[in-house]
Amino acid sequence: MSTPVLDVRGLAYAYPDGHQALYGVNLHVHRGERVALLGPNGAGKTTLVLHLNGILQAGAGSVAVSGLPVTKPNLAEIRRRVGIVFQDPDDQLFMPTVRDDVAFGPTNLGLRGDALEQRVHEALAKVGMDAYADRPPHHLSFGQRRRVAVATVLAMEPEILVLDEPSSNLDPASRRELAAILRDLDVTVLMVTHDLPYALELCPRSVVLSDGVVVADGATYDVLTDEALMRAHRLELPFGFDPRTVTLP
Amino acid sequence: MGAGHGHKLHYHGHSPIHRAPAHVKVATLLVFALTVVATPREWFPVFAGYLLLVLGVIAVSRVPFGYIAKRMVVEVPFLVFAALMPFLSTGPRTEFLGLTVSEPGLLAAWALVAKGTLGVLASLTLAATTEAHHLLAGLSRLRLPEQLVAIMGFMVRYLDVVTEEMRRMRIALASRGFSARNPRHWPVVARSAGALFIRSYERGERVHLAMVSRGHGLAATPEQP
Repeated sequence: MSTPVLDVRGLAYAYPDGHQALYGVNLHVHRGERVALLGPNGAGKTTLVLHLNGILQAGAGSVAVSGLPVTKPNLAEIRRRVGIVFQDPDDQLFMPTVRDDVAFGPTNLGLRGDALEQRVHEALAKVGMDAYADRPPHHLSFGQRRRVAVATVLAMEPEILVLDEPSSNLDPASRRELAAILRDLDVTVLMVTHDLPYALELCPRSVVLSDGVVVADGATYDVLTDEALMRAHRLELPFGFDPRTVTLP
Repeated sequence: MGAGHGHKLHYHGHSPIHRAPAHVKVATLLVFALTVVATPREWFPVFAGYLLLVLGVIAVSRVPFGYIAKRMVVEVPFLVFAALMPFLSTGPRTEFLGLTVSEPGLLAAWALVAKGTLGVLASLTLAATTEAHHLLAGLSRLRLPEQLVAIMGFMVRYLDVVTEEMRRMRIALASRGFSARNPRHWPVVARSAGALFIRSYERGERVHLAMVSRGHGLAATPEQP
């Protein structure tokens, strides 16, 4: 078997105030997979995500990205390999223009001149925002800002794209556009979400995190139709949505 | 999404003044302001020359004069102070518009009004003809320390976000019967200012987190500890 893009073993973490968020998480994601990370509020999803690029350091256990352990000496390379798109695009887009924002990551990687320009152009083209490079981010619609936020991370050519609640606050049209973009990307995706229909639409596989441990890991369809599991971990399908009756794209 | 188009000081245009490089404009403004301040206040005709110069620049920039005049309101507190000076100062008295006033006070008031107005006019012209991010790039080219430029950049970027947040808080307060006129409601103003501060602070932390996640503060080569 090839080296997994994401290899999390026995990861445990307690915050400095003593609150334990993760109790031995195991998670493997292989190249080209799209995986949804599901779980109720307070399950430890965000804490797990912050371990993937070394913002938080494992209390116990280990995280490796394509075989490279997440440790201090490797942080620069780890942050290139793991691209996190945060929930609020206003937190991610802080530069005067879209172009500067998308260039921020590659500049930190040491890219300059034409190579940098090329990266920015490609990343923006992938999310269909190429025409907006010179606009200030705060003049864009929310859906456009979310797409630019994805581009800021794609510009670093990550091996895994981690999205925190990608569909939150989007109107149905923006939501559909983002889904089409994500489906077309040739990159491994880990998507943290409460939006179960979105998980079913985009991710063949789902992992359920509850109270700091992985309680389920399987086909998204099987997870969403396991009523006992869903009820036990405060997961609920939206009213009127039945995974058994939808046809997947 | 709430945020209006363009910053409130900038007036979109394509005049030679708009197109001039930002660092040249900043340097010119600085030199102009220092010259005006250094000019002895008794050289009345020279000030008229300065005024003509600024008005000429505004005319070339095609920014409507009314646009700039409206924004000159920021100067009002200084004008009020200047108007008081002839009456509050000591020294020999003189007649002015039928009133007995202090002569040094009158001269000081004139200097404050003339130099202040010229400075504000010139600054507003720069702001009206230069986009905020060009201004920042210009300051950076003038070797202003990167940290200061970055702080100003964050201020420009998040001013609208925080203003919008404040507007939403105000609507939420008003929807629950808050009235700014009622003195008994005033403590709420202080508390919402506090809440806004905390929110902005937390946003700052999240922005930093997103920056660090994109490799900020790390060397491009992963060799060091």
